[in-house]
Amino acid sequence: MTAATVDESIKADASVEALRRRAIRRHRLARVGLYLAAIAAALVCAGPFLWSLITAFKQSPDLYQRDNNPFLYNLPSTRQHVAYLFQDTAFLTFVWNTLWVGVLVVAITLVLSLPAAYALARLDRPWSGPMAIAIFFVYLVPPTLLFLSLSRLVVAVHLQDNTWSLVLVYPTITIPVSVWLLVGFLKSVPKDIEEQAMVDGYSRLGAFVRTVVPLVFPGIVAVIVFTFTLAASEFIYALAFVAPTAEKVISTGVPTELVRGDVFFWQSLQAATVLVAFPIAFVFNLFLDRFITGFTMGAVKG
Amino acid sequence: MVQATAPKPDIQVAAEDRVGRHDRRRLADREGFLAWAMLLPSVIYIVALVGFPLLLAIAFSFSDVTTGDPSFDWAGLSNYQKIFGDPVFWRSLLNTIIFTVGSMVLIVVFGKILANILVADFHGKWIVRFLVLLPWTTPVALSAIAWLWLLDSIFSPIDWMLRQVGLINGNMYWLGRPSLAMLSVIAVHAWRLIPLAAVIMMAGLVAIPKDIQEQAEVDGGGYWRRMFEITIPLMLPLIAVAALFGAIVTFTDMTVVYVLTRGGPTNSTQVLSSWAFFRGIEGGDIGQGAAVALFLFPLLLTAAILILRAVRRREVL
Repeated sequence: MTAATVDESIKADASVEALRRRAIRRHRLARVGLYLAAIAAALVCAGPFLWSLITAFKQSPDLYQRDNNPFLYNLPSTRQHVAYLFQDTAFLTFVWNTLWVGVLVVAITLVLSLPAAYALARLDRPWSGPMAIAIFFVYLVPPTLLFLSLSRLVVAVHLQDNTWSLVLVYPTITIPVSVWLLVGFLKSVPKDIEEQAMVDGYSRLGAFVRTVVPLVFPGIVAVIVFTFTLAASEFIYALAFVAPTAEKVISTGVPTELVRGDVFFWQSLQAATVLVAFPIAFVFNLFLDRFITGFTMGAVKG
Repeated sequence: MVQATAPKPDIQVAAEDRVGRHDRRRLADREGFLAWAMLLPSVIYIVALVGFPLLLAIAFSFSDVTTGDPSFDWAGLSNYQKIFGDPVFWRSLLNTIIFTVGSMVLIVVFGKILANILVADFHGKWIVRFLVLLPWTTPVALSAIAWLWLLDSIFSPIDWMLRQVGLINGNMYWLGRPSLAMLSVIAVHAWRLIPLAAVIMMAGLVAIPKDIQEQAEVDGGGYWRRMFEITIPLMLPLIAVAALFGAIVTFTDMTVVYVLTRGGPTNSTQVLSSWAFFRGIEGGDIGQGAAVALFLFPLLLTAAILILRAVRRREVL
């Protein structure tokens, strides 16, 4: 582009001033490019949700008119469909089910995976390396492979069509990931700290509970957020195990209950999507940096 | 899982002790016990709810179990014979490969670009990161619903924009035509996973020592040259990890297909996992469903071994 002419002008002037100006111009171009790229990325990623937001408040005659501008309100907006979602569907039940399933799954996951991660990260056993890999591989065994036999198992323990079946099964997805992440966080805690606590008279277990756990607390919070997101997004098990409306979670309840045969309650569906999507992404964003740290550290030692 | 049942290597501990002092042995013994005590609950949980069902799935695939008749009768290889004789199976296998490879290419390329944007410093970074995370953190069934409406056969706003520009007159029928439907499913799936790939790659970008970059800049390497000769080679193992992660998730995912097309039109977007679901749960033929689902396993195992090797290589770096 203009690089050639710029180069010539430098030769002509051979002055520091021209070099400086060139550097500034390049810098500015790079900045503009960066902002354009960032805006484009945000639009591509969030576009469907922004459009859902617009749709949620549209009147049906406005929505179902092929040549209306879909991005504007051609008729006055309405809150009727959002109200329908809350008053005439089981949306709040789905939200409640998702919340308590999520909280219980997070609790089970932490109780089981935190000690396991500590054992793998700190108590140097010859088998801890292979064991860490074995646990990670479990994450790669997908729900699509297991849902058939698990659904028989769920029937055998009389939890079919019951939200509790999800509480039982989801930790199989979340434990491997959170062990993986927690091993990373635990390795970042200097060994001296526990050793000092042990010199001060704590047992190994006491040192773990009183010094290490508080130190990795930020990591634990990141794991909580990640685990909750995984549990809230799961679809296949929830679809296969639970059929009654009152027992459904968001990810299966919304698509199955707001679509009746061929009738889609589009505005209410979009409202539900937005209401769920924005809070989760917001909380996740708060912990993104920690999550990245955990992932790198967990990945290094296998 | 094999390691879980392997005997404790006492020989090594004993060898250490002979060299070390007496009290060290006590500590080592206690740590050995503690390590097992802390690890065992997780291992039991996973063996009971992953290991056992996996074996059960293998057993089902050789049986005639259906939802209506849950009694277990040995059926030998008949389930496998039936699925191999079914053209839908081969169609699904081919679709699975197209779906996986197509999504993976998109995920890696755009994930890398997105990671580069997200590690840069600019105003409003927080809001951009928030918006970029949306596809990944939203329950996939819900975002797929949003896309179902975006790709609607009549009211699609994408069609509306294309009509405004004058590229088309009628509608595209994104999900109604076989090749377009496959393209849509791949695009939506990639869209959902690109943020995850970007986050994994960000971890790699952040880990590249700053002085290498600076040295290259001092030596006169431009942005693109630095990108292709330093950043990408250094990040390659992590890119491989992100790609294989994406591949495994893609390979086994059926949510996007289930919500957008239900495998249609006429099985043109049917993948192995969705077909296993329709056969096993909705069709009630658990034996055949299990046989289809198990077909994923050898391919997954290969991918897992590749991941392991990529991670190992990273350690050498």
